[in-house]
Amino acid sequence: MTSDVGRERLAYKRSRARRSTVVALLSTVAFAVVAWFAVTGSPGWPRVRQSFFNADVAWRALPGVLEGLWLNVRVLVVCGAIILVLALVVAALRTLPGPMWFPVRALATAYVDLFRGLPLIITLYLVGFGLPALRLTGIPNDYVVLGGIALILTYTAYVAEVFRAGIESVHPSQLAAARSLGLGRRKTLRLVVLPQAVRRVTPALLNDFVAMQKDCGLISVLGAVDAVRAAQIEQARSYNFTPYVVAGLLFVLLAVPSARLADAVTRRAATRQGAR
Amino acid sequence: MRAPLLIAAAALLAAACAPADEAGPPSQTLVNGLPCTKDKLATLTAGKITFGTDQPAYAPWFVDDDPSNGKGFESAIAYAVAGELGYAKEEVVWTRVPFNAAIQPGKKTYDADINQFSMTEERRQAVDFSASYYEVAQAAVTLKTGKAAGVKTLADLAQYKIGAQVGTTSFDAATRIVPSQQVAVYNTNDDAKAALTAGQIDVLLLDLPTALYVTSAELTDAAILGQVPGGQGRREHFGIVLDKNSPLTGCVSMALDTLRGKGKLKEIEQQWLAAQGTAPELK
Repeated sequence: MTSDVGRERLAYKRSRARRSTVVALLSTVAFAVVAWFAVTGSPGWPRVRQSFFNADVAWRALPGVLEGLWLNVRVLVVCGAIILVLALVVAALRTLPGPMWFPVRALATAYVDLFRGLPLIITLYLVGFGLPALRLTGIPNDYVVLGGIALILTYTAYVAEVFRAGIESVHPSQLAAARSLGLGRRKTLRLVVLPQAVRRVTPALLNDFVAMQKDCGLISVLGAVDAVRAAQIEQARSYNFTPYVVAGLLFVLLAVPSARLADAVTRRAATRQGAR
Repeated sequence: MRAPLLIAAAALLAAACAPADEAGPPSQTLVNGLPCTKDKLATLTAGKITFGTDQPAYAPWFVDDDPSNGKGFESAIAYAVAGELGYAKEEVVWTRVPFNAAIQPGKKTYDADINQFSMTEERRQAVDFSASYYEVAQAAVTLKTGKAAGVKTLADLAQYKIGAQVGTTSFDAATRIVPSQQVAVYNTNDDAKAALTAGQIDVLLLDLPTALYVTSAELTDAAILGQVPGGQGRREHFGIVLDKNSPLTGCVSMALDTLRGKGKLKEIEQQWLAAQGTAPELK
């Protein structure tokens, strides 16, 4: 039961909320109008519009850019899945305790240091043009596969570090509790540590996922035609930059679901912690 | 319409009446009634002309990646054009302009950009082109030991994986040969050469002078298979790029036409692109 005062307070709060929504709306509209006139009133606007926001060129570029984007999506999905598995393995190896495992730990650390430090574009060149130039049998010669390998090498290093941070964030008391229940090292990792670790680093993982969405296109330096490259081809044909705008918008559309998902996951985690 | 006519008539009259030792510049230096002389040209810096080209600048178009040495086909053309407009060698300034910067709609950092730009009607919407200074053909390059080494016809060529640099008419030529298979596209011809050497592509399309240079100086284990025809039987021409509606376009074109008339263009071509025309045409 709410008192009259309470109801009044609630009504007042609601009216304030409505008011601030209206103010926010008005100020946004005013800002947009000012920005619009500042941009369209500039002396160079007609040529900028012609070069960057040309509907005809956009329409002509769309099929090629979409086809390129399909390649991006396929590479993203396949590489993303492989990276998750490999990164978990590398992170687990890096956190192995005991002197016996030192070589393994050192190797995993060296791998992470190397591929996290190396710019992706250089890894792409080394793997993409260097590996097949060795002319060994069994090495793939498809530039999408080679580009995918480079992406996996680089992003596994990033994601492994994220996983390691998660694993190390699990409180030692949890390990002690698991040990006291008679769980072995492997079972402790699988049943106690990893579930907590993965939940904690999910937002960071999704962040890396969005970053990779955009970096997938870099395999185009090896010859593949991704969305950005398809836009570049159209741009070079017409000397018009609109295809880039088209590709950019498509990438934003692609990233929005991941961003919302990341938000939702973070919110859920926050509520859960608050409820605890 | 009347005013320019009157001026032209007056100029003619003045020229006819003037004593011989005071004869003005030849009438060709007038383009659309505007004089094409150094002091009247609206260049970025008064008294100087700024040429743009990409970095690195490749042979045989430039030599040693130094456009200002006057060596290489396009460097020589630029200096010849500047000379025709009245600029001395030291009044020619060079600036490096990447492809995208050269064709963007904003203020330009160059007066004229010479960088193997092929002229098309579509591109004319965004920039001005001068008159043509070179007619170019496309050529197919392959490794002597490669799978495509024995190719004799275009139909055979279409069986192999073809690569080209993005944004070039070589790429357009490649897509015409194999519309079904995706053409491998590279940022630069250097990347494309790496892919050819690594065996990721079987054939690389380049413009003929570059192909001749690459096979003779850079990839000595590569060879030219032959020339590839242009689109719809049209010949492809290189033009100097200028800002859209640049007041200089007419003058640069006039300078090139004068150079052609004097046989100077042919001369420069023979000096720097001498090996031209040695590749058979693929049919």
